[in-house]
Amino acid sequence: MRNIEKALAQSLPADASRVLAERFAARADDEGLIDVAYTVEDSPVGPLLLASTKRGLVELGFDGDERLDLYLTTLSAKLSPRVLEAPARLDPVRRELDEYFSGKRQGFDVPLDWTLTHGFTQRILRATAKVPYGQVSTYRQMATKAGNAKAVRAAGNALGANPIPIVVPCHRILRTGGSLGGYGGGPERKEFLLRLEGFLE
Amino acid sequence: MSLPPFQTFLDAHRETVFRYLVAMIGPDDAEDAFQETFISAMRAYPRLRPDSNLRAWALTIANRKAIDTIRARKRRAVPVEEVPEVAVRDGRPEDHDVWASARDLPASQREALLFRFAADLPYSDVAVALGTSEDAARQRVSEGIRTLRKALKA
Repeated sequence: MRNIEKALAQSLPADASRVLAERFAARADDEGLIDVAYTVEDSPVGPLLLASTKRGLVELGFDGDERLDLYLTTLSAKLSPRVLEAPARLDPVRRELDEYFSGKRQGFDVPLDWTLTHGFTQRILRATAKVPYGQVSTYRQMATKAGNAKAVRAAGNALGANPIPIVVPCHRILRTGGSLGGYGGGPERKEFLLRLEGFLE
Repeated sequence: MSLPPFQTFLDAHRETVFRYLVAMIGPDDAEDAFQETFISAMRAYPRLRPDSNLRAWALTIANRKAIDTIRARKRRAVPVEEVPEVAVRDGRPEDHDVWASARDLPASQREALLFRFAADLPYSDVAVALGTSEDAARQRVSEGIRTLRKALKA
């Protein structure tokens, strides 16, 4: 009996399903079943998680390799569990990011999905999206634009919670007085981006 | 507690599902049935209860797709003997014979063997996938092995 059991267990190829699973993404996309498509893309600021809904880019996450599970679990819980790795769906975003990092692009044209933010936070981030390349603004100015000039600290928190950094350029928002202030992806990345854009020497 | 992202579900169970399908209907049809299985799964996924046994659920769908494939073959009147043979990892002919013979078993025994050995499920999951008790699942597997042993000796 042992031999039959062993033969039954061992007679099939190992990990043959990997290619099929990759092919599955294209099929699921054709059928309109992917609510959240994602990929992890290398960049000068490290691996980035890129996630899109049918509306547009919904999240860009730093340390996309190490923190992948966390990102996917959160997207699944907040948006839909139909989360699938589908790099082709992120091609336009990847192209624009490549152009941005090589200095050939100053603004992003891909559609954005704002559903991960609400209220004051979303107003702050929408105002931030209008700060031009190579220029900066302050937390206080953003708070004023979002309709509450006194909410400077809340503006800082909103920017820290930006789900689409780089594309929504929260790195361009500094402290009043000129110090760089914090950054969700760490101060080195903020400095890198401001240098890339020519604001810092 | 919430459902894992579908990609996590796919990665965790794709190999099990594929092994099961290859053993059940052969490697060529298994590729199509694999796609159909996960398309159906993804369609139903958001409505699934988070505490579901996901592996058993995936295999239940795979089993249904395999049965659809077998029915479609019968409608096309293709003799079962012409079904593509299972892939053999190391080319040992005896392994090949085992799954080929398993296809001639009564469906209930064959499914039990496939769940247990091709999909490598513990008996508790075999029971869920078959919709029976664990004891009944054990019994079907041992009956299947007995029948298979007889067939191979003959």
